[in-house]
Amino acid sequence: MTSNWFVNTSYFVAAVVFIIGLKAMSSPVTARKGIVWAGFAMVGATVVTFFIPGLNNIGLMVLAIVLGGGVAWWSGKIVKMTDMPQMVAIYNGMGGGAAAGIAAVELVKGVPHNAITSTLLVLGAIIGSVAFSGSCVAFAKLQGLMTKAIRLPQQNNINFFLTLLTFGVGLTVGYSSSPSGFEIFLFFALALALGAVLVLPIGGADMPVVISLLNAFTGLAVGFKGFVLGNPALIVAGIVVGASGMLLTQLMAKAMNRPIRNIIFSPITGEAVASDGTEVQGSIRDLSPLDAASLMRYGQKVIVVPGYGMAVAGAQHKVWEMAQLLEEGGVEVKFAIHPVAGRMPGHMNVLLAEAGVPYDKIFDLEEINADFAQADVALVIGANDVVNPVARTDKSSPIYGMPILNADMAQNVIVVKRGKGAGYSGIENALFYKDNCRMLYGSAQDVIGQVITHVKELEV
Amino acid sequence: MEGFTALYIFMLAAFTGYEVISRVPVILHTPLMSGSNFIHGVVLVGAMVALGKADPDEPLQLVIGFLAVFLGAANAAGGYVVTERMLAMFKTRKTTQGGAQ
Repeated sequence: MTSNWFVNTSYFVAAVVFIIGLKAMSSPVTARKGIVWAGFAMVGATVVTFFIPGLNNIGLMVLAIVLGGGVAWWSGKIVKMTDMPQMVAIYNGMGGGAAAGIAAVELVKGVPHNAITSTLLVLGAIIGSVAFSGSCVAFAKLQGLMTKAIRLPQQNNINFFLTLLTFGVGLTVGYSSSPSGFEIFLFFALALALGAVLVLPIGGADMPVVISLLNAFTGLAVGFKGFVLGNPALIVAGIVVGASGMLLTQLMAKAMNRPIRNIIFSPITGEAVASDGTEVQGSIRDLSPLDAASLMRYGQKVIVVPGYGMAVAGAQHKVWEMAQLLEEGGVEVKFAIHPVAGRMPGHMNVLLAEAGVPYDKIFDLEEINADFAQADVALVIGANDVVNPVARTDKSSPIYGMPILNADMAQNVIVVKRGKGAGYSGIENALFYKDNCRMLYGSAQDVIGQVITHVKELEV
Repeated sequence: MEGFTALYIFMLAAFTGYEVISRVPVILHTPLMSGSNFIHGVVLVGAMVALGKADPDEPLQLVIGFLAVFLGAANAAGGYVVTERMLAMFKTRKTTQGGAQ
């Protein structure tokens, strides 16, 4: 009894600290403290769990914690900043998997529950499994293990029937007093397939929103597991994350002007543009790094638009070096960040911060869009969809209505791009065909390096 | 847990989550997503309880329970490291800027 009191008090304190920590993380000043507090709460909650009376398999438990925690700690330490989004996706998937695992243990044990608990058990199992397999697919896509968005024929019908079937089998299993091993296996196989099928066709700029949505899902699954196990710490932490995750997802989707419904049910594939024959007019021209260097060096104002291409090339340090050189020469340099640039909102902010770019040089879409008209050069580095003017003009385009950075309004536009193909989402970019636009082909790392050399030569 | 108490906790937690992160700057979206990803790593506690209450003579229960604890621990540890690294970057940059000016 005494130790139960101790455990419950500790869980309560942990739950409160989680909320305070999350609150602290939503402000730049206190963010660092927030994660450290939450970390202490997590360690505390984990340690006191060993004091719950009557737990078996302690040895196995410690082994699993050491292995799982160790592998994740190590991989989290060595991963490059560029690859952060897929790491968040995979860790999130693991949380979903853990929630599904808890449900699986409960089902295999066959402990009878009342109707509400059974329902929550099944819901948590489905959501957790979907988050797990969906995050694995998201990880594979971002890691480049899977390059194309795969859209099945009759995708929406498949989604619909698979969802129906999963819930049907799940509730049957949940309400049955002693489900067979096969039924349980079938249920989890269906739920995992559902997650994979939902995420497979999604690509391009929609990916960050999906990761955030899956994150919220895992939170909900954890919360539901809290109800099943009668553990308020899990309920509070899970549901708080679920709700805040949903809000974050909405904020991101709003920034893209794409309702969440559309992201899931009519993903951007690029087919719409290719099939209806509205070909973009004009031709694409390139320029040399020397020309790029002189355009920027003798300009008054340069706006840099970073995208995932910069992240992949790891060019953020070079870009900042170039910006500093230009500023020494009296050129005003600003950075414009689209809300969904990169693979996660804020991804570019993190990378530029890593390179040492001060906050006051980094601007949001609303803050900077009017500035492009006065800029001599807009330097687009590995960004594509977020500067595509068809989002303003072409109603048939899948990205129509998404707010974009008005890079095309600048006097000159220089686009650093690896190859001639269309962007991640496969949509042709009308910006590249404009008269004021020149392409600078090559990896951002090399190309910006060459530009730096030429800028230095121009100083002499 | 008693059904209605649970429902009240659910509702209050949902409002809390919604309120806590409203008005967050875009610059913190990624770290915040990562941070909330860490917080649902508390699923580890649930997984430990599930494994702890599993029947030691039932290999299937043990295997699933072990996996759940493994995944939960990975969620918590990985989520923490990644979030901490991201936020540490903001901190370092800020102090260097303060020192320079």
